Amino acid sequence: MKVTYYPGCSLEGTAIDYAASIGAVAGLLGLTLEELEDWNCCGATAAHSVNHQLSLALPARNLALAESAGRDVVVPCALCFNRLKAADKALKGPEGERLGLAYKGGLKIWDLLDYLTQEPFLSALAPKVVRPLADLKAVCYYGCLVARPPAVTDKADFENPRNMERLLQVLGAHPLDWSYKTDCCGAGLAVARPDLIDTLVQRLYERALRAGAECFVVSCQMCQANLDLPQERISKKFGRDYYLPVLYFTELIGLALGHPEVEKWLRGHLVDPLPLLRRKGLVE
Amino acid sequence: MLDQSIASPALPERLAAALPVSVSACFQCKKCSSGCPLTFAMDLLPDRVIRLVLLGQEEQLLRCRTIWVCSSCETCTTRCPNGIDIAGTMDWLKEEALKRGFASQPGVARFHQTFLDTVRLSGGRLSEPLLLGLYQLKSGETLKKIKSGAIWGELRLGWQLARRGRLLPQLPRRLKGAREINEIFAQAKKRE
Repeated sequence: MKVTYYPGCSLEGTAIDYAASIGAVAGLLGLTLEELEDWNCCGATAAHSVNHQLSLALPARNLALAESAGRDVVVPCALCFNRLKAADKALKGPEGERLGLAYKGGLKIWDLLDYLTQEPFLSALAPKVVRPLADLKAVCYYGCLVARPPAVTDKADFENPRNMERLLQVLGAHPLDWSYKTDCCGAGLAVARPDLIDTLVQRLYERALRAGAECFVVSCQMCQANLDLPQERISKKFGRDYYLPVLYFTELIGLALGHPEVEKWLRGHLVDPLPLLRRKGLVE
Repeated sequence: MLDQSIASPALPERLAAALPVSVSACFQCKKCSSGCPLTFAMDLLPDRVIRLVLLGQEEQLLRCRTIWVCSSCETCTTRCPNGIDIAGTMDWLKEEALKRGFASQPGVARFHQTFLDTVRLSGGRLSEPLLLGLYQLKSGETLKKIKSGAIWGELRLGWQLARRGRLLPQLPRRLKGAREINEIFAQAKKRE
């Protein structure tokens, strides 16, 4: 199976560990990710916050490129997914005419988690599990923008998504119930207002611990960075020694299916997941 | 405070031209404010923002902190029973505030603008090290950070990422469509 793959800028930079795990997992599942030729930045939060014109024109170029390839588009970054979807909707209306773009709007745009948790993939995964993630207690954290707003994302389960939990069950892990799976971590403000992040993210740590979690599982590299990078700072600030590794769902697929490079991806994290995974007997 | 003498009665109409549902559909249920994760940092709750738009209190809105500390998580827009794009309203106000020199959170505004400048300078894709470097330079707070010691935490974080190959100081290669991208930025500038 072949799809058009739009990685987004951070998967070439701070999230290269995520990119590596995605490439490997696609290989394990027989999925060919054909990277969109010559793609550009989607404009992210910056464009929709301060320049409406750019927030449509930047993703529009990608949509036009993808349309000529004619395949479904799969996007790992929640923000890119959201901006491409928003542009796709807007360009089909009067804004498209105003911008004078030749985009017909027949594209199907997926976020990576949704794509890989379709029933055929989950069924194909189950028999390939060689190392069930037994007893790994995790909260699934979806963040905001793969789900909201549903008028843009076309999601049915926007308040209480459950596909990551279903995936974890297939992998043998123990996903926990909690009420904060789509609460915002504030990643877009991480550089300009880190003080706000401390409040938002500490709340997520506390709620995850109260649910009995040993780690977070995420599908968005902004959430990953925002829960992982400041953990030491937040621990100091609140006088608590938080230890909550933040794992990508693709890393857990790789781990359960016995991919040889899992430890290399995990070494990219700041909160080292290896002590937890050793304790669970999941890595040497 | 509410001041009828400076009200801009055209504000709701101007906003209505940009958004699919008029803010006049608001019946003050306050679901937006109840679900907002950032109210602790706001000076106006989101329902107040919508009410003040209706009352044409433009200057108060353009000067407020709320629009800049909004994280664009879209919870308010998602839950509004009347389909008002509240997060989109915040964006519209941010853009308007910048045009008119009212940004009350210059750090946040500078981050967004530096982000877009970086995409343009690096030829169509964002270079994260360049963004962080330019933002630091433009912030004018480097000296303050050195004095307070905060700079060491940031440098250490940068080093930890670099050591893991996640913050490599290289520019992305120029895209084939670099001219097209330049044109997109030039068009957007013209419309400002």
